[in-house]
Amino acid sequence: MAIGIKKVARPRRMSMGETLYLLEIVKGLGVTMGHLLRNIVRQENIPTIEYPEVRRVMPPRFRGLHRLMKRPDGSPRCVACFCCSTACPAVCITIVAGESPDPKVEKYPVRFDIDMLRCIFCGLCVEACPCDAIRMDTGWFTPPENTREKLIYTIDMLLEK
Amino acid sequence: MPNFTINGISVDVPQGTTILEAAKTAGIEIPHYCYHPKLSVAGNCRMCLVEVEKFPKLQIACNTIVTDGMAVKTDSEKVKQAVTGVLEFLLIHHPIDCPICDQAGECGLQIYYMKYGLHKSRYAVEDKVHKKKVQDIGGQIILDAERCILCSRCIRFLQEVTGTGELEFFQRGDHSEISIFPGRPLDNRYTGNLADICPVGALTSKDFRFKCRVWLLRGARSICPGCANGCNVEAHFKEEILYRLKPRQNDEVNKTWMCDPGRLEYKKANEARLLTPVNRENGIPKAAPWEAALSSVAFRLWEMVEKHGPGSVAVIASPQFSNEELFLARKLADEVLRTPHLGFSLRTVGDGFADDFLIKADKNPNTRGAKLLGISEEKFDDIVQNVADGKIRALLVFGNGIADLSDAETGRLLANVPFVVQIATNEGAVSRAAHAILPSASFVERGGTFTNHAGRVQRFWMGFPPRGKARSAIEIITGLANRLGAGWKSGGEAQVFRAIAQSEAPFAGMSYESLGELGQTAGGKG
Repeated sequence: MAIGIKKVARPRRMSMGETLYLLEIVKGLGVTMGHLLRNIVRQENIPTIEYPEVRRVMPPRFRGLHRLMKRPDGSPRCVACFCCSTACPAVCITIVAGESPDPKVEKYPVRFDIDMLRCIFCGLCVEACPCDAIRMDTGWFTPPENTREKLIYTIDMLLEK
Repeated sequence: MPNFTINGISVDVPQGTTILEAAKTAGIEIPHYCYHPKLSVAGNCRMCLVEVEKFPKLQIACNTIVTDGMAVKTDSEKVKQAVTGVLEFLLIHHPIDCPICDQAGECGLQIYYMKYGLHKSRYAVEDKVHKKKVQDIGGQIILDAERCILCSRCIRFLQEVTGTGELEFFQRGDHSEISIFPGRPLDNRYTGNLADICPVGALTSKDFRFKCRVWLLRGARSICPGCANGCNVEAHFKEEILYRLKPRQNDEVNKTWMCDPGRLEYKKANEARLLTPVNRENGIPKAAPWEAALSSVAFRLWEMVEKHGPGSVAVIASPQFSNEELFLARKLADEVLRTPHLGFSLRTVGDGFADDFLIKADKNPNTRGAKLLGISEEKFDDIVQNVADGKIRALLVFGNGIADLSDAETGRLLANVPFVVQIATNEGAVSRAAHAILPSASFVERGGTFTNHAGRVQRFWMGFPPRGKARSAIEIITGLANRLGAGWKSGGEAQVFRAIAQSEAPFAGMSYESLGELGQTAGGKG
């Protein structure tokens, strides 16, 4: 088979009126004015969102920043089983386990850090958690910070979210 | 020799073999909890049920002796149903503790549930019988009575191996549990083995508790450096941190056991490490690059030999080092420095506790090796005397300390020498006094061989490359010798061991291949 030649549509030659541009400028301004008037009359339909005063509503399964759940008494629900850090493909979770002062809990996380710069928001940690201790339902993206250290979230920050 | 068939495979086994052991030789796995190759048979877990032809009921494989013409089935529907049923019974009162249990990942219940169970629980969580958790029962052990499946391995271990019998069954029925007698905690030096033989998470190690999950650990075959017995161990580490030592089976040395002090030997590889070469200039220790450190040490040694004769240089070897390293140290002293002062001491700081089982009074892993390589123990006191008299101008010290000298004594002794070089793994009195420190790799960061008290030459393998800027002592000694004009070929420990096998009579004919995993006994008197 011979090599096919693709025909590319060339822009057609403009007419006399078009090459003068005068009428076309007026046409363009008409579109702009139309939008302006529509936005003034029907303000609820403006597509632009005034972030951060207004936030887009995220779908219920959106994976945002993590948060750690608490027990009724305020202590972390996490038992430092390391399932999330084992499942994490980005290796962004650092846990140090310790003996809990509460004998019924036994094991608790002394440290629980998530490096948000490494996190790829895949949600595998949430899937892996046997205690429903970690969730990604805050609906927030990673905020900008001016140092890397501020993006390593510690257990206290994660419990507050 | 009885001949029997198992799952249609015909096998010859020695008289008196049980079905479970015979199946192992045929490569067929029979699940079991209470059976342990080094303990008596209890037959109470019932996991090893198998179908034997012409027997009306299923039999336990661990306690049924193979007879001629026996036909055994381990994969029939009847057996599978029975094993799943037994497992369901064992799990009835088992707490759902896996997230906080240190055994998770190497737990018999998890492994067999995935292989033989996979059943839905028919028992309500709230109906489970609760027992006492987190009991410190002494030794290195934490007891969680709830997780126990009452296999009695621990009880038999304490009766048959240590003879101390601290644990026993208490209560009846589903309230049965193991426990110590009131006010009498575990009192022997082998408690760590209980955590190893416990197939579930009932007995776990106090030292390893919550440190790391077992599935994150990698293992290297190694030798315990804690005493002259040379117990075969598996060193478990994650990245560059060693977490625990577990015994590795070697029936000639330690069977499947190891002692409690030996289990804590791993800490030496983590704590108080020397990680960069150091040169002391005008009394101030300064980190130096390897090339500069080696060159300046070699130059100072050469200078002393030139100015004051070879007799002004002494080498104190250490039985903490491997055969390969001691061989090179001897060559350095004899052939390169040509000093008559080469010796070592097996004395160490500590109580020197010994028993008639695994713990030896000599706390060095390679005393016998040093002796077999012709390094003299008698000369050590001579060298110390010479150092004290100020006759030694340069001293090369291997190891963290000098014999059983206290820190103050070491400091006073080394103050007599104008130039002290140390090749060692950990900080100590010597490293505080040394003018140059050449950091060497720990026992998991290098390979080699140790010769134990009975002359058994055993290999240990490298788990991970040396931490920091440390190097294996083989590299350090070769580097020094070559800067002194020796022209040695640099090679790994295997090459050095080949040289030992060629030139040293006790090691004649040995190679890493012939040593294998379990070692070989060296000839000759040590």
